[in-house]
Amino acid sequence: MSLNQISVDSQFAETQLNVKNKKIQGLYKTLFLMMTLLLILPVLVILGTLIIKGGSMISIDFLFTDPVNGMTEGGIFPALLGTIWLVTLALLISVPLGIAAAIYLSEYAADNWFTRIINLAIINLAGVPSIVHALFGVGAFVIFFGFGTSILAASLTLAIMTLPVVIVSTRESLQAVPQAFREACWNMGATRWQTIRRVVLPNAVSGILTGVILEVSRTTGETAPIMFTGAAFFLPFLPQGVFDQTMALSLHLFVVSTQVPNVPDALPYAVALVLIAMVLIMNSISIAFRMHLRGKKKW
Amino acid sequence: MVDTAAETEKTETEIVAPKKIKLKVNDLKISYADETALSGVSLDVYENEIFGIIGPANAGKTSFLKTLNLMNTFDSNMKVEGNIFFNDRNIHQLKNVYALRSRIGVVFPLPVGLPLTIYENVALSPRLRGISDKVALDIIVERCLTRAALWDEVKDRLDSLGSLLSGGQQQRLTIARALSQEPEVLILDEFSIAVDPVTTMRIEDVLKELKNEMTIILVTNLVQQARRLADRTAFFLEGQCIEIGDTEALFNGQVQDSRTTDYIEGRFG
Repeated sequence: MSLNQISVDSQFAETQLNVKNKKIQGLYKTLFLMMTLLLILPVLVILGTLIIKGGSMISIDFLFTDPVNGMTEGGIFPALLGTIWLVTLALLISVPLGIAAAIYLSEYAADNWFTRIINLAIINLAGVPSIVHALFGVGAFVIFFGFGTSILAASLTLAIMTLPVVIVSTRESLQAVPQAFREACWNMGATRWQTIRRVVLPNAVSGILTGVILEVSRTTGETAPIMFTGAAFFLPFLPQGVFDQTMALSLHLFVVSTQVPNVPDALPYAVALVLIAMVLIMNSISIAFRMHLRGKKKW
Repeated sequence: MVDTAAETEKTETEIVAPKKIKLKVNDLKISYADETALSGVSLDVYENEIFGIIGPANAGKTSFLKTLNLMNTFDSNMKVEGNIFFNDRNIHQLKNVYALRSRIGVVFPLPVGLPLTIYENVALSPRLRGISDKVALDIIVERCLTRAALWDEVKDRLDSLGSLLSGGQQQRLTIARALSQEPEVLILDEFSIAVDPVTTMRIEDVLKELKNEMTIILVTNLVQQARRLADRTAFFLEGQCIEIGDTEALFNGQVQDSRTTDYIEGRFG
């Protein structure tokens, strides 16, 4: 028994190599943890600074009154409302378009040169700087289609800019649905569309929503694409329709930070805080909705 | 409920009729890009028989099955030549491939419980056919699950996800789903790979009963399973159908090609 015991013991004894490996493993784990914490740091610093410096200015009045006195006093209501207009309209345009394109690319398109060119175009579109999108928007929507500088032109520009994000994330979530599910449906005599509607889409919704969340965040903060296409420096009235210009939070932030003299220190911080809060609130709503949809593991 | 009683009675009385050809395959060739998967297979499958197909991996069995319900149209790499007749109709000339597919139920090697509820897994095919009446669907779901020997295990949780059942249960769910198509032909591709022996035996019993109502094509990697179930068996090897014969005869050594016996007796493959 004792002999047996010894050999078993020696089997599980720690060698120097084991000790070294464990140390290295611990080192890497710490390193990765530090990197992760480093990621959170800027978020905390930004939020903290904004709250400390601008938090005191936030009030119901600030949110729901017009800026006065050369934008150095008063609230931000027109800009807030304008951003909501722009983001909503941009979403209404890009989400259906992007999802349709993604469904085509993922579920229908054969893998040939044509599809590959489209995919390449999408990747490139995602990489185009927003100022270039802005100039495209001016050329296409403001001048060529004759929408003028308007909410419509600005939203279309934003929609084009965020389209690749929606397409790529939707396509990825569609492709995360196992192929075996599709084949099982096709074998039953289901058409491609029946398969997509009954099995693929319902199981890709949470992923698709992630793409939409990303789009909302990005759209809300964009400044360049709307600057020349529909957002105004200052407007004494609220937009009455999609062909009007509007103020927008992101541009307003740029304006009060750099373009207007004698702005109280807290004002830009307060505007930035509202902007970030809007993104966070929309994200949380979408995430909650997504968690609700995902429920539990499906396969 | 009257329905099920009538059905059991029907299965008890064997119907003896002249053999009718359900599926006729003529010189079928399949290739992928530069690789041949099947080089000229001709065979007939009779109505109400279990037609076994045995053979080692890469013999072209699964490719063969795919062509029977035109699933090859989803695979652009797959080239198919030759003719297949289903109920004497050339399937390559059919206008409605969906109708063909719905008449052929397929069970895959790995169970595929769709990420729908158990109920919806079985109700999906009837729904695709346009049946939306709740009572009609209830009857179909209960009947198919019962025939697939799964009803008793799941009748209290029809609303839970089919994709979360155990492997053996999912495979019976897949069979129930195939039955919900009210198929004329049921194809099983190595159905017992991911299933425990007890479930396998239960499914085998189910198949013996189903034979009275439909034609079954059983591809299996277990030669003894073919012996237990199949009326006739075909031996596929390297893209060719080496021989087709009465199962008992093949297993008793009455073969034209010695490779058949070699495979059956486990000398290769």
